[in-house]
Amino acid sequence: MPMGLFWFLAALSVLSALGVVLQRNPLHCLLSLVLTLLTIAVLFIGQDAVVVGFLQAIVYAGAIMVLFLFVIWLLNVPVETRPTGHLAFKFFGMIAVAALLAELAVFVLPPHLKVKYSGHPAGYGSIEALAQSLFSDYLIAFEITSILLLVAVIGAVALARRSSEIEIKERAQDAARVEKAA
Amino acid sequence: MTMVPLTYLMALSAAIFAIGVVGFLTRRNILVMFMSIELMLNAVNLAFISLGSRLGSMDGQVIVFFVMTVAAAEAAVGLGIIITIFRNRETVHADDLTLLRW
Amino acid sequence: MIELVVGAIEAILMVLVGLQLSIFLLYFERKGSALIQDRVGANRAAITGLGRKLGMPNLGIVNTLVADPVKLFTKEDFVPDGADHFLHALAPFLALFPVLITFVVIPFGDTITIGRHTFNLQAANLNAAALYLLATIGIGVYGVSLGGWASNNRWALLGGIRATAQMISYEIAMGLAIVAIVMTYGTLDLQEMCRSQGGVWFGFLPRWGIFVQPLAFIILLTAGIAESKRVPFDLPEGESELILGYMVEYSGGKQAAFMFTDFAEQALVAMLLVTFFFGGWQVPWLYRDGFHLPGGYFIHVASILVSILGVIAFLIKVLMFCILLGLVRWTLPRFRYDQLMRLGWKGLVPLGLANVLVTAFIIVATGGAH
Repeated sequence: MPMGLFWFLAALSVLSALGVVLQRNPLHCLLSLVLTLLTIAVLFIGQDAVVVGFLQAIVYAGAIMVLFLFVIWLLNVPVETRPTGHLAFKFFGMIAVAALLAELAVFVLPPHLKVKYSGHPAGYGSIEALAQSLFSDYLIAFEITSILLLVAVIGAVALARRSSEIEIKERAQDAARVEKAA
Repeated sequence: MTMVPLTYLMALSAAIFAIGVVGFLTRRNILVMFMSIELMLNAVNLAFISLGSRLGSMDGQVIVFFVMTVAAAEAAVGLGIIITIFRNRETVHADDLTLLRW
Repeated sequence: MIELVVGAIEAILMVLVGLQLSIFLLYFERKGSALIQDRVGANRAAITGLGRKLGMPNLGIVNTLVADPVKLFTKEDFVPDGADHFLHALAPFLALFPVLITFVVIPFGDTITIGRHTFNLQAANLNAAALYLLATIGIGVYGVSLGGWASNNRWALLGGIRATAQMISYEIAMGLAIVAIVMTYGTLDLQEMCRSQGGVWFGFLPRWGIFVQPLAFIILLTAGIAESKRVPFDLPEGESELILGYMVEYSGGKQAAFMFTDFAEQALVAMLLVTFFFGGWQVPWLYRDGFHLPGGYFIHVASILVSILGVIAFLIKVLMFCILLGLVRWTLPRFRYDQLMRLGWKGLVPLGLANVLVTAFIIVATGGAH
């Protein structure tokens, strides 16, 4: 992709990521996160990973973030007024992040990162190539991921539902029995 | 169209990852901490795609596909946990959840 | 360089066509519904009595097309007390923008050759256009939900939440219908899909998508109407219950943006149905060199005329579908919310999955394309 476009997208994604962690209203944090996700999706598309880029926009920015939005509404999360956390967290957090960045910088600076670019094969990033990889080399991972999604759906429903009256009564009976035995 | 140098893309990925770590350690609102986790996941996705594109291999994209799926599953279950915590404790501030502290 | 200019012109043209279709739908909403409901409709506002002079006092053109927009854009734009100013201003445009940028990937004609240059009559030729459609429809959810939230009004919030839940539920049904279509044509590119709908079967039946995927047509029609929140799925707007649902605290230009989203999304659904199922810009029996009619007749047509005929055919088909959507609106009563959700999750999603399964079997059994 053209370098000017890359610099614009990089600046936009870093600014919106900062917006996620620095803003006080959780809804504004969410919108900044959606902007970051869309910017990263465009970066994917610019590197010929077209299908994965659109999937990022469809799945991540279009579905998962709407889920977050629903939870923010359901819980009526307020704008933050309390000062956030101990000072110690922030101090040691900054030191940890600086160390992390230094270590990553060692690995991304040019002398270490010698990967030769030899052009993309035809059909790179297309849905045929992705399907070819998914259903031949990574078939087991694909099937296990589908089972994982099923388990996640069942788990989320089981966690978030309200107990029925029978369960509340049973729980009260169990508590009474424990108290009697004690 | 020229290829963006790999260094810049990896530096961008590292920057977003670091911002995610800062957010996770600093903010005390559970939902914002969760959003920082999503930021970190996306930074790693960017690194995978950049390297995969540089090497001309589809493996990077397949891994990102799986990471995205797992992130969706994790978001669903994590938000279910947050809702349950809120039902019992009436708070989403991490400093108020001190039941397991000694 | 010239491709860039032509692409920009085509993009602007498509967005303008989308907006013009919205205006046509607005007119049809006022006067067409009046025709169906055996009343007169809006006909009072007039500039120098043009309608009366022409002998047709009930056209109501000035009223619908001039007075209404002027009224909407010059109304005072207030933000309710305690509402988030930024989100209140952002929501209408976050709702309108994804719909408008979806118009640019829809092909409205085959290639046209003027002089030495050949232009593709599609503003943006994306390889993965079908995924782009799903992505923009997914982003369109945010405008509605933020509109409901930013109004600081619990009825607007209720309308916004219901609208969001409805839209994300029917997105799945829409995605499944699009998956079946993509499997049938073997490509994600919309222009390729239109091109492969040329030709005939048995010598006279045009090779349109509806004969191959009738179930996907019904699913996409229903899901599309539900996505654009039109009756019978307009509980979020709920004009007799929630007044305007998530739009209730908006006035002036912002409400105009929301209304435009409604009509533009209807036009978009009409264009999608035409592109996937009715051959897009394909005129039946018209090939690149002329008409090959079933009886064996051949009428030679110049190549520029072929392209222009394709564009006109596309516009006519889209207009017919817009009228169909308007007719559906004024005929069916509104769904209750649980009926709506039940139809989406327990009706359309299993149907869509079954459709994908059957399509897959047929494709493997016949060993290849359609």
